[in-house]
Parts: sequence; C-alpha cells; structure tokens
Amino acid sequence: MSDLLQVATRKGLFEIARKNGGWDIVASHFLGDPISAVLTIDGMTLAAPDLGHFGPKLWRRDGNGTWSEMAMPTFPEKPADADDDPHPWTLGRIWNFTPGGVPGRLYAGTMPGGLFRSDDMGETWSLVEGLWLHPDRKKWFGVAGGEQPGLSSVLVDPRDPAHVTVGVSTGGVWSTRDEGRTWNVINKGMTNEYMPPDQQGDPIPQDIHQLAQCPGHPDVMWCQHHSAIFRSTDGGENWRMVTAAKPTGFGFAVQAHPTDGETAWFVPAEKDERRIPKDGKLVVSRTRDGGKTFEVLSKGLPQHHAYDLVYRHALAVDETGERLAFGSTSGGFWISEDAGDSWQALDARLPPIAAVKFA
Amino acid sequence: MATVHFTSQLERFLPAPSVDVGPGAATLGAALTAVFRDHPALKSYILDDQGALRRHVAVFVAGTPARDREKLTDPVGPDEEIHVFQALSGG
Repeated sequence: MSDLLQVATRKGLFEIARKNGGWDIVASHFLGDPISAVLTIDGMTLAAPDLGHFGPKLWRRDGNGTWSEMAMPTFPEKPADADDDPHPWTLGRIWNFTPGGVPGRLYAGTMPGGLFRSDDMGETWSLVEGLWLHPDRKKWFGVAGGEQPGLSSVLVDPRDPAHVTVGVSTGGVWSTRDEGRTWNVINKGMTNEYMPPDQQGDPIPQDIHQLAQCPGHPDVMWCQHHSAIFRSTDGGENWRMVTAAKPTGFGFAVQAHPTDGETAWFVPAEKDERRIPKDGKLVVSRTRDGGKTFEVLSKGLPQHHAYDLVYRHALAVDETGERLAFGSTSGGFWISEDAGDSWQALDARLPPIAAVKFA
Repeated sequence: MATVHFTSQLERFLPAPSVDVGPGAATLGAALTAVFRDHPALKSYILDDQGALRRHVAVFVAGTPARDREKLTDPVGPDEEIHVFQALSGG
C-alpha cells in the first residue's frame, strides 16, 4: 500500500504523504514551472518540466535525493522527403512515463506522438521508429488543448515486455509484439461521433483519451474515449462500448483495478461541449462487473458548484486497489482509502493538476 | 569578437554566461554553435530538435530581431552583440 503521492501541476511538482492518519504535502520541487509528467521507480524519480519559453525538459532524482538534468528525448533530423508530414519532428511535451517491464527500461509518451524508449533509467532515449515511421502515423491529428497528436497511454504487457499497446489522441490504439519494430492499429469496435458517418468506425480517427490495463488480467483493457467508454477482453483487438456509464460516459481519466478485471474507475464530466462535472457535482464512477453497471461515488467530494475537470493522467490507483487519488484543473485534490467509497480532500489549493502518481 | 549574452532567467536552470565566440562566427548559427561547444546543456533551451530557435525565445543580433529563425543565417559582424531573451509570450 503506497503512502506517497506525486502530483505534477502547472506550477511545480508536489509530494503528498500519509501522516498521522491524514495526507499532507511534504515536499515541493520546480516551484513555478509546469510539470507535465512524473514517475518514481526503483528509488528514482523522473519529472518533466515543460518550460514555456525554453521547451520540455527532463530531470531525474537519484536515490540520495539529488536532481540532475537528463538528456531529453529528441527527434532525429527531419528527412527531406518528409515534407508532407503534418506534424513537427520536435518534442512538444513529455506527456507520460511508463515502466518498460525490464530493469532500466522506461517509455515516454509525447506530443507530437513520438514514443521514446530508455534502457538506462532515463539517461538516454531513442525514438521508437517503427511507430513514428509508420505511414499511417501521418493520419493522426491534434487533440483539444494542443495542435499535435499526443501519445496518451502506454501499456506494457506484464507477461511479455515485447508486447506494448499505446493509445493516441487522436490516432487509435496501436500494438507491437516485437519490442516496437512493427506496429498495427487494433481498435476494432470503436466508434465516434465527431467524424462523418461513413468514417465513424475507422480505426485511426479514434480519440483515445486514456487506456488502462488490469495488471492481473492483462487482456482486460478499458478506454476512456472521446465519445464513450469502451472495454476489451482480448488485449485491445476488439472493443465493446460500455453503455451503462453513469452519470455520463464522457471524461478523460480511467484506472483499472490491479487484480480484478471487472473493476475500473472513471471521473466523468457532463459532455464534450460542456467539460464540467454534471450539475456541478464532482463524482467518481466505478464499475465492479465489467461495465454492466456503475456506482456513482460522491462521499467527501464537492457537490455544490464544483467545476473541477480531471485530466487523463490525474487519476491514480495503488497496487492494492484500495487507495486512489485524483486532482483537478481547479487544483482540488482528493484521496480515497476504501476503493472510492469515500474521499478526503487535501487541505491545499494546488495549481491546475496534470498528473497524479503513487510513488 | 562577437559576444553572446543570455537572459538571466536561464540561470534558474543552468549556468548561462556571456560568451565571446571569436572571429570565425560569421552567422548567428555559427555563434550559437560556438557557445554550445563549451556549454552543451544550453542548446536544448534555445533550439528545438531540428535546430530552429524555440518559438518563445527571442534573439537580437546587434539590436535587430533575428530574421531567419530556422536556419540561423543572420550575419554577425565582428564585435557585434547577440542577446538571447525569453519572448514576451509563452510561460
């Protein structure tokens, strides 16, 4: 059970620890600078300052607490014959870090859609060219809040680290089974409401807000898509729309239970064109039966004029499935120690929150 | 010889001293390359992955905003001053 949370915000990285039965901020880093992603693994922490003037950066804290700047993931020189590429070959933002399933290996999902891999705990990075050079990558398009496609999710199969699944916002779900050399788009069954009718089922224009995988049942995947929630029970090959979501099926964040393939959490918003909690009531929704039914969890969450939106990387669950935490665009932060049944608010007014992780 | 000066804002992140770049630096690109030879960590703060000036970095050569922000071909005369600032945008 994890007693430490790391919160990447518009104005710094905050660490929140359980103390005396409650939770409080115990450290802050990079105060004043936007942090777009954070991950702690094997005693080291990676943080991605996203400096407004000087670009995305990457820092690592080693085991004795010292922060050092690392070389950034960098795109190769754009070839002369790539003039038709609608997307820049330059790092726009590091959006997430994911452990790679073997010692020292990490993935960084970025805007404009590059997947980078490190095999030395983030000291050096290389572009996963099999995905970036796939001809259909040029069909990806930008997401709300940014003009560039973003690699929103990276799932590494706990049974086989050569099997990696990524979600692209907007570009569909892609999978490799050979450590990234070859990739296929796999999201059969997803549909959307924002393309012309004859293209709504095409695989690439699916806006994958976030993917989540049940570590105990890795073939079970959940997708918070722009138009609905979807679930797969065959490793992402086929997806079924989850129509029972309450109070809505719109949102950004999803987390899967670590061992129970039937359980997942979402933080719904009203709808695409009104991205606030429905009726000003902030809730978490939970299914425990594979999406057949949902519970709306509100105990301890603001139910009066709450306009908190929760971004896709800002909901976290620990390895027990009992502790969850999420943070909002309004800087609200809530923690549950009973799988979401009840929530306690952090006594702080944080900056807008981009990402939340248990350390 | 030309000198490159950096905004003190950069000192929050890393050393960014003023650098005399010698007589061989006839363009903005050559001057910056000379700086980055001794201060490699500065490069990613000023240039993007393709070697262009970052969108929210402002560069003045002898008091004039750099014109070629992609290839950095603006000429630099001997003894001219190059100033690297953060633009009044971004952040």
